[in-house]
Amino acid sequence: MSQLIRMDSSGHTTLAEWTADDPASVEAAVAALRAELELGYFAVVSHGEGRAEQVRELPVDAPLVILRRPIAGG
Amino acid sequence: MSEASLRRTGRIWTSITVAHTLPFVAVSGLLLVLNPVTAAVALMALAQAWIIPELYAARGANVLRSRAPADEQAERVSVGLLGDLLDHGARDLHRATGIVLERGSLGAWLIGEAGAVLVRPGGRRVHCYCVKVPAPELPTGDRVAHLLLALRTDETGFATVANLAFSGARWRLSRRLKAPLRDALAPAVEAARRMD
Repeated sequence: MSQLIRMDSSGHTTLAEWTADDPASVEAAVAALRAELELGYFAVVSHGEGRAEQVRELPVDAPLVILRRPIAGG
Repeated sequence: MSEASLRRTGRIWTSITVAHTLPFVAVSGLLLVLNPVTAAVALMALAQAWIIPELYAARGANVLRSRAPADEQAERVSVGLLGDLLDHGARDLHRATGIVLERGSLGAWLIGEAGAVLVRPGGRRVHCYCVKVPAPELPTGDRVAHLLLALRTDETGFATVANLAFSGARWRLSRRLKAPLRDALAPAVEAARRMD
């Protein structure tokens, strides 16, 4: 089961869960991802140390997609 | 921010530091030569020459300081997510120090809640950056995870967005770090030495 999560004040919130062979769950995850991207979040799939990929579309095969906010210089 | 611009930045910082300290050293020497009675003033000038780079290094050390934690449950959840993004060694280091070690192409990074330290290959020079997610309500683990994911996604972009607070000798930064943070610097230096 793949997850779309958003880092927030609670630690994180699971926005959608899907499996590749369940089109309805994928569709719901795609909609949830689009809504968050429109709010200004970045979607990231981490591939271990030193590597992560920012995505604009739901990577259906990814086990975990994390939504983060933009960073800024302090 | 590229390899070349990082080297240039390092040279500029060193030049500025020399320009700030050298006049005090020169004045000190001149006073002693002209009149040994002025030794006390000469010593004060020397102290000033020493203090200036120390103040810069203290500013660099500040980028790794921790903030007040959020509520306990949120902290636990956020640290759990951060742990899922790390290997065993990095997870243990974070548990002990609150800092995440990440190897990148520009060097070894130490990531805190509101800043990061880049230890350049060879381990002799560090660049300290102020960078954060502008969301103070986030628990500490999430603040670190934001920076970690941004770094992993685009390392040069990360170094470009961040504000440079200090660039200089690793030993100078190490002296200004408190004990648990100094413990995090050691493995980063080790990792940076292996990159040389």
